Order: sequence, then C-alpha cells, then structure tokens
Amino acid sequence: MSELNLTSAPTHLRHGSSIGQPLTRRDGILKVKGQATYAADNHPPGMLFAVMAVSSIAHGRVTSLDVAAAKRHPGVVDVMTPDHKPRLAIDPEIKTNPFVFRMEVLQSNEVRYANQPIAVVIAETLEAATEGAVLLAPRYETLPALIGLDAGESYVPPVVGVGNPTENHRGDVEAGLASAGKQIDSIYETPPQYHNAMEPHAIVAAWNGDSLQIDMPTQGLMLSLGRIAELFGIAPDKIHIRSPFLGGGFGSKGLMSGPPTLGIMAAKLVGKPVKLVLRREQMYGPVGHRAPTRQRLRIGADGEGRLTALDHHARTVSSTFDDFYEPAADASHTLYAAPAIRTSHDAVRVNTGTPLFMRAPGEATGSIALESAIDEMAWTCGIDPLAFRLKNYAEVEPITGKPFSSKALRACYEQGAARFGWSKRSLQPRQMRDDAGLLVGWGMGTATFPALMFQAEARAVLRRDGSGAMEIGAHDMGQGAWTALAQIAADELGLDIDRVEFKAGSSDLPDAGIAGGSAHTATAGAAIHSAGAAVIAKLADLATNDERSPLFGAGNAGVIARDGRLIRRDDESRSESYPEILARAGVAEVEARGTGAPNPAAMEEYAMHAHGAVFAEVKVDPELGQVRVTRMVGAFAAGRIVNPHLVKSQLFGGMIWGMSFALHEEAITDRRSGRIMNANLGEYHIPVNADVPPLDVITVEEHDPHVNALGIKGVGEIGITGSAGAVANAVWHATGIRVRRFPIKIEELLT
Amino acid sequence: MKQFDYVRPATVAEAVAAAAQPGAVYLAAGTNLLDLMKGGVSRPDRLVDVTHLDGLDGIERLADGSLRIGALVSNADLAHDADFAKSYPAVAEALLSGASAQLRNAATVGGNLLQRTRCAYFYDTASRCNKREAGSGCDAREGENRTHAVLGWSESCIATHPSDFCVPLVALDAIVEIEGRNGRREMALDALHRLPGNSPERDSALEPGDLIVAVRLPPAARGFAAHARYLKVRERTSYAFAVVSAAAALRIENGKIAETRLALGGIAAKPWRARVAEDVLMGVTPTADAFQEAAWRALTDAKPSGDNAFKIELARRIVVRALTLAAAGTPARIPALPASPFASTSGAIHV
Repeated sequence: MSELNLTSAPTHLRHGSSIGQPLTRRDGILKVKGQATYAADNHPPGMLFAVMAVSSIAHGRVTSLDVAAAKRHPGVVDVMTPDHKPRLAIDPEIKTNPFVFRMEVLQSNEVRYANQPIAVVIAETLEAATEGAVLLAPRYETLPALIGLDAGESYVPPVVGVGNPTENHRGDVEAGLASAGKQIDSIYETPPQYHNAMEPHAIVAAWNGDSLQIDMPTQGLMLSLGRIAELFGIAPDKIHIRSPFLGGGFGSKGLMSGPPTLGIMAAKLVGKPVKLVLRREQMYGPVGHRAPTRQRLRIGADGEGRLTALDHHARTVSSTFDDFYEPAADASHTLYAAPAIRTSHDAVRVNTGTPLFMRAPGEATGSIALESAIDEMAWTCGIDPLAFRLKNYAEVEPITGKPFSSKALRACYEQGAARFGWSKRSLQPRQMRDDAGLLVGWGMGTATFPALMFQAEARAVLRRDGSGAMEIGAHDMGQGAWTALAQIAADELGLDIDRVEFKAGSSDLPDAGIAGGSAHTATAGAAIHSAGAAVIAKLADLATNDERSPLFGAGNAGVIARDGRLIRRDDESRSESYPEILARAGVAEVEARGTGAPNPAAMEEYAMHAHGAVFAEVKVDPELGQVRVTRMVGAFAAGRIVNPHLVKSQLFGGMIWGMSFALHEEAITDRRSGRIMNANLGEYHIPVNADVPPLDVITVEEHDPHVNALGIKGVGEIGITGSAGAVANAVWHATGIRVRRFPIKIEELLT
Repeated sequence: MKQFDYVRPATVAEAVAAAAQPGAVYLAAGTNLLDLMKGGVSRPDRLVDVTHLDGLDGIERLADGSLRIGALVSNADLAHDADFAKSYPAVAEALLSGASAQLRNAATVGGNLLQRTRCAYFYDTASRCNKREAGSGCDAREGENRTHAVLGWSESCIATHPSDFCVPLVALDAIVEIEGRNGRREMALDALHRLPGNSPERDSALEPGDLIVAVRLPPAARGFAAHARYLKVRERTSYAFAVVSAAAALRIENGKIAETRLALGGIAAKPWRARVAEDVLMGVTPTADAFQEAAWRALTDAKPSGDNAFKIELARRIVVRALTLAAAGTPARIPALPASPFASTSGAIHV
C-alpha cells in the first residue's frame, strides 16, 4: 500500500480560531424574527399565483378538464394544460444525464401516479387560482394501478442508488451459511415515506425577455440551473436562481422536479412573474419519496459467534416511467466482518411518483433491517449485541477488503455504551420493568454513512480595509451552512469571522456542488480551503517580493496568515497586516479561486465512512402496546467537527428521524386506488416534542488524513442510521416480540 | 378557494336565522372547519361566525349543583379552570390529551362536539364516502381501515367520532343546550351523535340553524371526582387521535362500587357509553376480575369493520386499565402526559 500524503503543510499556513467553535447559527436571529426570506416570501411587482390541479387517479388518462369553468371564475388569468402551454426546448422525458429524472410538465394526458400535476391555474390571487383548480373538475379514463411490493413481475434493475452495482459479493455465501452453527433467515419490510420538509416546494419565476429570475429552494443550484437552461433552451448565464434559505430539503429539493418547472412555464405563458407553492398533500407524488422495501437477511455464525456469511436481498419499487432504486442491501457492505457477503436487489414497477433520494437513501432502509438482523443473530448466539458487534468488528471494509481511511467506531461503542450504562442490560428480553410496571428495553445499532465529496469552486477576496470575502453558491437547508462554511472561510483567510463577508445561496456564485450525500461541508469546505490558500499566496507574493516589507525574502520560509496579518513562519517577530500589504502595493484587493473535489487516488486506496453507535431505551405498556422512547445516546465519529453545536443538532435530527422510522412514519396507500390516504402532517405521523426523549450526542474525536484536506466526513445523514435499528431492537428487548414490519404498530405488541 | 359570505351576527337569534339558510355553517374557532374547507370537503356558501356572540364563554355553577359551560369556552380555558379540573378530573384530562396546545387554545366546547370524523376517506374527495356525499358508497369498508369502528357501524359507514372531550362527558350524562328556530331545547349528549345506519351523512340530531349554546353537567357528575380517569392509546405521545380511549368514573362507598360510569372513544361514530358494563359493577368490590367482566360486557357487540379486530381486544384492555386507574383514585394533579399510559413516566414536561 502506497503512503498517501494529502495534507502536507503548504508553504503558507492559515490559522484561525473559528473551526471547532460551537457558534450559534448566524442566520438564527433573522429566522426567529421572520426576516429570513424564503422563496415564497418574494413578491415581484405584478406577480400572479399558480396552483396545480393534480390527478386523483394513479393510472389512466385525463379525458376532460372544464377549462371554461375555471376561466370564468373571477381573477383567473389563464389555465395551462397539455394543449395550452409554452413549448419546452427538449422533451422532458429525455434523460440527458444520470441526475435527470423524468417529470410531469403537462406533456400529455397520461396519468402515471396519484397527485401528478394535470393542469395549472394562474390567477390574480391564491384563492382564485385554488378555486379555479377545483372548477376544472377533471374526468378520467381509469386503468388498473400497480400498487405495492408485489405489484407485478419483478426484475433486476441495472443499477441501484446512483450507479451502484445491483449485486455484490465476496466469498462464498452459500458455503458460509452451510457451515454456520447458527443461522437466521428473516424478512423485514419498510414502508413508503415522504420527506415533508416544513417548507413545501415553491418557486417565484420572472421572465425578462429571454432572461429568467428565480426564487426557489434548492439543494443543487447549478444542477437546477443546468436543467432549466436545457428545458427552456436558454443560456445558463441568462438564469439567476436565489436560494438563500431552505426550510428543509432532505433530498427532495436536490434535483429539478416538475412543479417548479411548471412555475417557470406558467410565468412564460402569462408573461408575468408567477408564484407556485405546493400544498402539503401535493408533496406526496411529484417531488420524490423513499421507496418501500422488503429485505431478506440470511446470516450465519459459527460456534464462537463469528459471522460466516451475510446475505442481504432487497426488493424495492420504482415508478412505471423512470428508474431509481433504493440501494437498501448495500448497507451490508461496510459494517460487519463476514468472510462471505452477498447483496442483491430486485424491483417491481408501481404507479407512484419516482422514488428518489431521502435522507440516507439505502442506508436508512438497509440499516434498520441489518441492525435488527444482527440483533437477532446475537440473540440466537446467546451473545450481548454489543459484544457480538465487537466480535465481528470490521478492521477493513468487508466487501472490498480496503483499509478504512479512519474508523473510530470502537471508541463510539465504548463511549456510547458507557454513557448509556449498557453493561447493566439483561441478555434475555422482557426482563426489565420500571416502577410503574412498564416494560423497559435497551437496544443498539451501528451507524454508518459514506464520506462522499462532489466538485466545488470558491472565490476568495482580501480587501484593503482588512476585510475578506468568500463566495460560494452553497446551500443552507437549515443545517447551518451559513455558519459552518463561514467558519472555515474565516480560518482559511486568517481572519476573524466578523471580518469575512460570506456569500452563498445564489447561482451567480461559484458552484458549490449539491448539498446532498452528507458531502456539502466537506466539498464546499475543500473549495474554500483551496481558495483561501490561493489568495493568501497572492497576498504573500506581494509582501515577500517587496523589499519595503518586513516579510521581504520570506518566500521560501513561508508565512502564516493569522488575525489579518502575515507572519514569517521562521520569525514571528516579523509580520505585516493585510491592509498594509495591499496599500503599499497599490491594489484595492486580491482575489483567487480554488476548487474542492474528491481525491481519486485516496478513494482507490481507502474505504471512507463515518461511523457511530446508537443506544436506545424504550418503555412499552405490557397490556396496551403503546411504545415510547425514553432515552437515546449516540456516539459518532465523523472526522473533523467544524461546529460542534450545529453537528449535535444535525445528529439529534437524524436520531429523531431514526426513531420516527422505527415507530411512526408510513405513507398509507389505498390498496385499490394507489392514493395516499394520510398525505398531511396530522395523519402522517412523525414524532412530536412529547415523543422525543432526552438525547445525548457524543462526537468522538477522529482525525482522517485521507478524506480531504480538512478531514471532514459529514454528519447530515448518519444520525438516522443505527438509530432506527436501536429503537426497534429496544422494543424487542422490552417485549420479546420481534416486529419485522416497520413502523412498529400497537397491534403487533398486543400479546 | 370557493367564495363564501361571512356574517357576524350580533345575537343568538340572528345567528340561528342566518345559519338556517341552505349552505350556511357556523364558524367558531374553525380548527376543523377550515381544514375541511381547504380540502374541499366542506364548501359552504356562508360562514356564520359565532365567536362574537355575548354570553357563550362563561363557566357557571348553577344553584342545583350543575355546571354550565358556554359553547365558546376554549378547551384550554376549561381544562385549566381549577374548580372544573377538581370537580370533573376525567373531563379535564381528556381535554388536555387532545390535539396540541395551540389547537386547545383555539378550539371551543361547542365545536369539539361537532367536529367531523377523521376517516381518511371522508377527507379524500376522490374517494366515495356516504358521510360526505350521501349514497356515493364507502371506500373505507374495503380500504385502509385499521383505525375504524368496531361498534355501531353499518355497511354505509365505518367512521369513528374523534373527540376525547365527549367521552367523559357522555359518561357523566352531559346535557347539550341548543338554540334553534323554535327556541331553546336540550338533549342528552348521548343522543346528540348518531350512529350511521343508512344515513351517515347526518352526524347529529341537530336541525338546520341549531346552535349549541352550552353543555351542562348535572349535579351527580360531581360525585365521581375522587375516582375518575381518562385513558387514551394513540400512535404517538401527543397530537394524535385515539386508537381507542376510555373514560371511567366510580363512586366507591365502603369499599364497594356504588356507581360506575364508563364510555369508550375511537371505536364508534359516537362516544360510546357502556351501560351494560356499568351495571355489572354495581355493588361489587373493585377487583381485576370484576373489571375484566365489565370490559367483556362492554365489547360484547363489537365486531371488526376491516383490519381492526385488534381494537376490540385493545378496547377491553383499556377499559380494565381505566377502571383500575379510577379505582386507585384520581391523582392530585393531572399528569404531565394526560391520559397517557406513560402518565407515570417521570421527567415528562410536554403534552
């Protein structure tokens, strides 16, 4: 194995005290005061309101729309239908790159799923547009809908997730199972789930000739911009998207979907700015969701409790018209050291919107099944679940044999277990009760998520007044990019954070890559890192080449940028402030760009993942079956923690979502119509405050010299993994009942 | 949305006249109605806003020992009225177990009684629903119905009444005071809500224009204060309707049950008074066996309307638990998690 040295100190160092500080989010006061401008808060002069009419059938075709009735309604300006709409420059069915998914933008009368847009009513008021949509009174020719995991012939998709192989194997699984002293063979089911970001998808679109101004929450400014450019046949530089704040995205705002495209079309049709905001129930269809899965896990272990084989098969669904496959079985690639591993997927097509990325796609669904199965296997072997996991600890990535770039999972297990008090757990289930007679159960799960990176660019500026700027089209979905990336920028410029103008959330800034895959801080941070290095190098050149500077001749020795000064590395008594350098050089500012990208050599060499261990306590009423989580501890190792405060919040959010996965979330689909019957936040249950117990997050120190120059792995999604399984396993430990269909329901626990 | 008239009558008589017109509905807090209007389930021509009427927001103790609660008293104000909570603890507990703090601050007593079912097929205008549109059919019957009725349902409708508040009220023989076109009348709350039969489109016995102006608890309702509980099993700790709930109230004299009041929620189109079970407990010692027997009697006529057989067994267990808790005595304070099986869990600070 060759030694990779990716973090050798540059000639010039930059220092600051921002990274690692638990700063409160810098946009917090704006948000609390209602002054943060979200997309739908924009009201350009003359703006009209657009409301989608959506299909009430899941399959068939629209045979009539009463456009005349809608148009007669006072205030209605126009009705956009398949027969009356602006032409697109390309057929939206054409997939021009792997990140293009098909959308419904009135290209035909065909209905492919319930809640598909079938018309758009544009009016002077929201109320008029809403009523206009009702007055369309669509009629349909209804065809039988494909619904559920057994909807039809299954097939093996070409890839799962984003280009992952459908099947993977290492070693001989059948031989491993045959030789196993103990085995389990269990089937788990997870339901369809919807993102339900608090802010619905929204767009305010305004055409000015052939240029286009857009306010729209997006996790991918440049991907959206590129897609809009090709759909409308205009140059990318004619489009400006503002997306300073997102009220949550969770993957549903990553790629351009149909509804915002319809908003742009509507604005073009009427020649005025148009706002289109989805109603809550309209989010259950055209903007992605997490596909249901049915997962079979066959696991073998020898007499010592060491795994001999791990076979993980996942059935999932895609839409009838596009391909996205929840890579659930891939969760078994990285965690447990089985000598033989096989993962595989198959799928059926159903009449839903195309499933897409939803917080930890694949990892979340796969994790709850895998962690439940590992728990079952530990019990079958008569071994404590933590001891069992330690016995099967993967020293190298099991599916590839690659070493990990870093892996502090052992420390996560130790610190989490100690904080939780795991050693007092009874091996047998249904042994623990509280004073009130409620059953008490303790469960655990291992968390893991890959440390990914995309491509990004940043522009750094140092100004004569001693301030600096960092520009990057980064996305704040609520996770705190405005704060964490500004902290990185401050240190990379050697300035106090208050002296740095941090610009983000706009498409006229350098491309920050997509805010997804838990990779945004790492990717944008790497670009900021290199832009900072480049601009400091330019500033240093001005000083070290000028004999009037105290730093003259320090070019070889290098300088340290700190507190707005350049300081000679080998003689800290010699320094000069940025304004002094720029003033003498007679320039107003220096600027430079830098890029961030994954290092292919390091990726080839190492497996890169964040890890964690989650411990949960539940209480279950022994007669009534109601479950409540009473305690959770999560210990996570995710490389360098840029802002411990924000990271904790991210991990809390993930852990709560994991609890939600185990106990609450499910889109209930009518078995005949394919309509989702609980498409609202009253009935699509997620945990409320009263469900959320005291949460304890430990961030375990981990230095990773390989993932990127800053050693950042990302924390956006890992919290949901491990947590869901920990809660499910705690329910088993409390009750002795192994529920394999999620969410766990009261009736399953009525014995 | 659909254009509608909005009127704000100055007197109850004006309100009744305005609401008696076809297409008119009363608006109180609107916590249910506005959702129904947004979803196109209810498309009224006229909203008659009663929130400015005088004299409907008081809680008064009458000379005979009754308590009269004005229809516009908010759920939160009623539950937090110290005398009310002390005298009718199961009612206060039920109120505080319902909805969310924000909704309880807005929602009114009269509105609570008249809230519509939460059957998803009623709300989904693309589905057939005999309650929403008479004679159109019931898509819940063969649909996703694990939370639907197990008592009193018909082939026309398997929806349940969602109220928590009504369950202890019906147990305590609450009376509803109604102002109608022909003046004031009153009826037992138990008679207000209708079982579906062949006409599920009619939720209640009210006639057009009828306005609930007050709910009255008779003098005897106070006699259960020492042994009264409401218990609600739901799918999350707060802000969820009951899968099944029960109100149990006992009068215990010399170690024997002198009188029982028992009602169930979430299992029928109305709050379900279990009189047969009450009779079983007359004069007996409060024991687990006696409560089991009562629970069995309470659910004798229950039958699943779909994938919901578990609700029958769950209801039996809830009856036993509610009676057991009631027998143990009303707690000095309403628990931080009202009506929850986790009410005893320490450290809970939210509802």
